Amino acid sequence: MPLKQAITGAEAVAYAMKQINPDVVAAYPITPQTPVVEYFAKYVADGVVDTEMIPVESEHSAMSAVVGAAASGARAFTATASVGLALMHEVVFIAASLRLPIVMAVANRALSGPINIHCDHSDAMAERDSGWIQLWAENAQEAYDFTVMAYRIAEHKDVRLPVMVNFDGFIISHGVEVVETLDDELIKNFVGKQEKIYPLLDTSNPVTYGSIDMYDYYFEHKRQQVEAMKHVPRVFKEIAEEFAKISGRKYDLVDEYMLDDAEYVMIALGSTAGTIKHTINELRKEGKKVGLLKPWMFRPFSKAEYQRLLTGRKAVVVLDRSASFGAEAPLYQSVKSTIYEVASKPQMGSYVYGLGGRDIAPHHIRQAFEDAFSGNLIVDEERYLGLRE
Amino acid sequence: MAELKGWKDIPIGGLVVEPGSAKKYQTGTWRVLRPIFQSENCINCMFCWLYCPDQSIVVELVDGKPKMKGFDYYSCKGCGLCANVCPKNIDPKTKQPVADEKKAIIMKPETDFVEE
Amino acid sequence: MPLSAIDLAKQFYDKNPGITPGHRLCPGCAAPTIVKIALMTAIANGYEPVVALATGCLEVSTTIYPYSAWNVPYIHNAFENVSATISGVETAFKAAKKRGEIPADKKLAFFAFGGDGGTYDIGLQSLSGAVERGHKFIYIVYDNEGYMNTGNQRSGSTPTGSDTTTAPVGKKMSGKVQLKKNIVEIMAAHENVYVATVALTDTFDFMKKIEKALAFDGPSFIAAHSACVRFWRVADDQAVETSKLAVETLYWPLYEVERGVYRVTKKIKDPKPVSEYIKSQGRFSAMLKRPDAQEIIDELQQYVTARYERLLALEEATKDKPVRGPWSKKDVQTDEHAM
Repeated sequence: MPLKQAITGAEAVAYAMKQINPDVVAAYPITPQTPVVEYFAKYVADGVVDTEMIPVESEHSAMSAVVGAAASGARAFTATASVGLALMHEVVFIAASLRLPIVMAVANRALSGPINIHCDHSDAMAERDSGWIQLWAENAQEAYDFTVMAYRIAEHKDVRLPVMVNFDGFIISHGVEVVETLDDELIKNFVGKQEKIYPLLDTSNPVTYGSIDMYDYYFEHKRQQVEAMKHVPRVFKEIAEEFAKISGRKYDLVDEYMLDDAEYVMIALGSTAGTIKHTINELRKEGKKVGLLKPWMFRPFSKAEYQRLLTGRKAVVVLDRSASFGAEAPLYQSVKSTIYEVASKPQMGSYVYGLGGRDIAPHHIRQAFEDAFSGNLIVDEERYLGLRE
Repeated sequence: MAELKGWKDIPIGGLVVEPGSAKKYQTGTWRVLRPIFQSENCINCMFCWLYCPDQSIVVELVDGKPKMKGFDYYSCKGCGLCANVCPKNIDPKTKQPVADEKKAIIMKPETDFVEE
Repeated sequence: MPLSAIDLAKQFYDKNPGITPGHRLCPGCAAPTIVKIALMTAIANGYEPVVALATGCLEVSTTIYPYSAWNVPYIHNAFENVSATISGVETAFKAAKKRGEIPADKKLAFFAFGGDGGTYDIGLQSLSGAVERGHKFIYIVYDNEGYMNTGNQRSGSTPTGSDTTTAPVGKKMSGKVQLKKNIVEIMAAHENVYVATVALTDTFDFMKKIEKALAFDGPSFIAAHSACVRFWRVADDQAVETSKLAVETLYWPLYEVERGVYRVTKKIKDPKPVSEYIKSQGRFSAMLKRPDAQEIIDELQQYVTARYERLLALEEATKDKPVRGPWSKKDVQTDEHAM
């Protein structure tokens, strides 16, 4: 029977991992990811899972160790945030390039400097071209569900890519919510056993991992990664379908809220979507045709989906919780480039908000919508919500 | 270099799934000096075999004992370490190199072997 | 007991023990022989080797795609993380054994190889962490005393007076002015570790130490003198000669430290002057032309003599006095498969 629990997002992720019972977890503590590792370490200490845990001496080693473990055929997990993810950066690319189905939970937090421990998306955005699949949770429930689904996507034979489950630091990681968890047995069956591909520990078929790949083959291997990413939307949909059968919760590449007849569409990642939904409810009462498109998956970025959903709208407002200094904010950039090919182009506006954990309130969201209603959007102008001038 | 393959025809991840495939790669062309085996002087101590960085010493078992047979010139890079560690190349009393005809391994310039 | 060269040849004459020919290391490089001896010892003792490499000469030269000179499981991850990588591999092995996916009696020997750059410098944190955690692996540094893969740059292992491209001998500077970092003592300062130095000149001593490392209930660290004939500016056939001189001049003392107990495994009665070692290699020749050359040599001589005397004193002082006994099965993290 599904169980309703009042838990934090961090505990929800750890709980999913408990049910998955991975072979190896290697992690290093960093705020606000720490409780994920703490909860899991307790499961290990209590013998609730029989996972081997490696308490590494840095995030760089955490990612390095899970690369070693995953290459060996183990189901491996790590979690991090912010500068911890940045410290892993080099190996994050290697994990994807070696085609290892690692799962990593990221409690999104601002990158230094100055040092800041609160939520924004600059950590994950810095890894957007690393070759990882990026899933983005709005709340603890989604963080749990994505963690459960992640290995199925990563290990799929047409994919074989690592998955990053993003959930906003503190807001989701430390906020207590009601999360509906599924039975252990159900999760175990859903996740199933990994079909191992070229496991390093198969000594009768010795494999060389991490060869030096020059101009004669490196490009071909990158092309294979491009191809694997192309399979992800289809595979994700298949697995989401299966997951819906056991959970009743239906996921897709994007979450659509009041979108069908919406003339004004807002796009945002993560927990802010909750605040946007609340604001949309209010605006709808006032007769405004507003809606939300929330990417559940940011990498790969499913162009066709956005084109289908955005063509013919009056305006599209994109909210980014990270900046791309000297260029357009990452989510806006991605959405805007898809609009190039749609038949009927909406007006577009870019809003950066919430850097370093700055609060985003319904009135900020309303302000961005108001700009759209009055036609006051400039496609090449970046605006800021909640910033003091 | 073998024929280059397209991206659909190679394993993912840059993995090399054929163990020891480097054996196909000829490093013997690098050689400047060529080791020459003078079997009559060899005591089959296997020092050359033990130290050879390229595993280019050809050994066979004769009556259960390993016998030095010569060199695999496909891989031998001609470093001369085999000749250097060969105990027969040094006079045990004077610690000086012995005359070439008494050595078990001598190094000769590759140019000596170029066919006209 | 290590096997003689003849007995090893009997067993391996028609096999490539882990590493095969066709690698593209320089002619006369010491590194592949170090690998071969270590892996042969493991295989002769009934282990199947699993190898991890740090970025470096050995790594790039043995795995140029689509070729690999490894016929055993091999993984290279990055430069600074070979120890963390092998931690993950070794832990996956433990997990697979625990879950019955790999037979309980399967004997794997986990080797990590790194150059001095990947060990003394950029990989030190990863190495220290993995040893502290007690993973069962054997780390071997093939110490060629500089960043040779990238063309002879100074590392923490480069000796005083050596001419490198980033600490060159100039009109004002005498090349590297600092002493070589004492990595052996750093590693020996970890608890529950077996640490040793080896040199190609004494393969029996080398194999004995590998056997000890294989049997040791915890991580091991082996520092191997590894001549870079290219940048040490010696002839291609000098890798073994150079290591012999290194040992005979006390430049590279052969010893081991097992849980704090020191043992000098090769006593040198009448050491040759260290200047013999220095003068045999072209990497010191620019320094030797300087007016302060004698001073530099004298300082080095004093250092190697004092270090050797200290080692003998430590051997005496620590005899039968391990800092601690073997870890109890209860508190060791990686004890489930004695290697």
